[in-house]
Amino acid sequence: MTVTDVRTPRDAPTRIVAVPRTPLSRLRWAVTDTWVVAQRDLVHWVRSPAQVFSGLLFPGMMVLLFGYVFGSAMTVENGGDYREFLMPGLFALVIIMGVGETVTAVADDAGAGVTDRFRSIPMSRVGVVAGRCLADMMNSVMGLCVLVLCGLVVGWRAGGSLLESLAAVALLLLLRISIVWIGIYLGLLVKTPEAAAAVWTPLFPIAMISNAFVSPEQMPGWLRVVAELNPMSATVTATRELFDNPGTGGTSWLSENALLMAVVWPALVTAIFFPLAVHRYRKMSR
Amino acid sequence: MSAPEFTIVAEGLRKNFKKTEALKGVDLKVRAGTVCGLLGPNGAGKTTTVRLLCTLLRPDGGRAEVAGHDIAREARQVRTRIGLIGQNTTTDHVLTGRQNLMLFGRLYHLGKRQALRRADALLEQFGLGEAADRQVKHYSGGMRRRLDIAASFIAAPDVLFLDEPTTGQDPRHRSEVWRSVRSLVDQGTTVLLTTHFLDEADQLCDDIAVVDQGQVITTGSPEQLKSRIGGDQVDLLLRHAHALPQAAKILARVATGEPETVPEARRVSAPVTDRLTALSVLARELEAAGVAVEDISLRRPTLDEVFLRLTGSRPKSAQEAEGDDEILEEGVPA
Repeated sequence: MTVTDVRTPRDAPTRIVAVPRTPLSRLRWAVTDTWVVAQRDLVHWVRSPAQVFSGLLFPGMMVLLFGYVFGSAMTVENGGDYREFLMPGLFALVIIMGVGETVTAVADDAGAGVTDRFRSIPMSRVGVVAGRCLADMMNSVMGLCVLVLCGLVVGWRAGGSLLESLAAVALLLLLRISIVWIGIYLGLLVKTPEAAAAVWTPLFPIAMISNAFVSPEQMPGWLRVVAELNPMSATVTATRELFDNPGTGGTSWLSENALLMAVVWPALVTAIFFPLAVHRYRKMSR
Repeated sequence: MSAPEFTIVAEGLRKNFKKTEALKGVDLKVRAGTVCGLLGPNGAGKTTTVRLLCTLLRPDGGRAEVAGHDIAREARQVRTRIGLIGQNTTTDHVLTGRQNLMLFGRLYHLGKRQALRRADALLEQFGLGEAADRQVKHYSGGMRRRLDIAASFIAAPDVLFLDEPTTGQDPRHRSEVWRSVRSLVDQGTTVLLTTHFLDEADQLCDDIAVVDQGQVITTGSPEQLKSRIGGDQVDLLLRHAHALPQAAKILARVATGEPETVPEARRVSAPVTDRLTALSVLARELEAAGVAVEDISLRRPTLDEVFLRLTGSRPKSAQEAEGDDEILEEGVPA
């Protein structure tokens, strides 16, 4: 191995690496670091096509499975096309499933010492977490795009105005943000990729006991209450309203105020899990 | 400003995890431009000490300065001066070698051109120039480790922390890592490393701090430690293993420490101070007792024996995979 002296003054960054001292420069570091960390995750999309493909395959499979296999046996409360009813449910499903990706990524990094490595360099500590959040949001946007395309192919249409459609997307992303914090909290809690895998298991029933696939009106009484209380249901109903899709005619207070609840639930989840995630992250130093 | 003599100074460093006292007051001084090894049994507090000095953990008591900055009050300044290499490689498998170094360069907020120049210089230095544009998942274990070290060297840190850098590496990779560490030290970097391997400590370290039960119990160069436990080591090689207890009893009379018996090798060893008296007494008494001896030899103690005497337990060493009873009792570290 040749040993060239990399500490020569001409190229010695020791003196160049400074710490930001003003609030503005701190903010600039945080923004840059967030972007660099997010990019690291996004490169995986470009560089590992298999992973990306399977990630995109899942929504497509769901459209096929529920739209056509089960869909023929489904009826929509108050009438309407089942696949039009289904798509907003699938949008929310992809968002909810995102928690598994967040937990896995966070646990991988924590378990492999990547998080510690980041914490041992002078980068912004906000950036470590915010970068993860940004990457997950972008992943979800891409997932939603694929699903929207699938939906258009099978005959789903957004009937509302452009503004309403954008509002629907915004509500879905709002739900995703709240779920990022659940994911970061759980990821820091379990710390190993093996344990993170366990998080996937309860996800499916949680997603099923909602109004995504079947209207709660058609469920037994106690299950209907659970399904309507599921935060995912509020977002699904709200997006159905905004996209002007069928199946929005619930009679309970929760479904009549779905738009409100689609904001309240994510806000509540964030209010609980954001401090928990920050606490967990800080606890790494204790 | 003249360069300070010590790059790492820790005084009474304490750390509790819930109710366990992980560190009970660690005192440590590491001279600038040297390699200091933290040696100790599992759970002694080696890794905790490193994590405190790297600002990954906050101390519960005591103070420490790394490269002239207080680890508690000036954590971020400390982070500009240190590099950390943990037990796992943390480089990204999907990125190429160069991309990995660029990532860290950008996190250190070097300009894009400087980050690139820096990445290329380090890839060259660590013998990864050829592999710069290959994805890390195609690298060998030794190459990954070297890339890891290169990444921690982006900002030319004054202090490099290595937490068991060669655990799980094959011997060839271990010597590659040692060479890399040596070349950095030659350029003025101070290195603090933790290790299980006594041969690693012996070869690489200028100074060794033996850590046991949350404290530094002794420090010194490998040679100093060896002579500190007293003179020489006597090995008795017997013809028959059944005579070992008897030989051990006789050896105990002239030894300055408890004799250690190795039944498979028909050998019993113990440290002695006065070698000539020891030899003549041994020869006489062994003959009188009718113990058949094949060989008596005197040698300097190994670091292994130093360690055993100081901590009462034996760390695993590279060659020692062949079933040491004490290791089995202690259990394999996670």
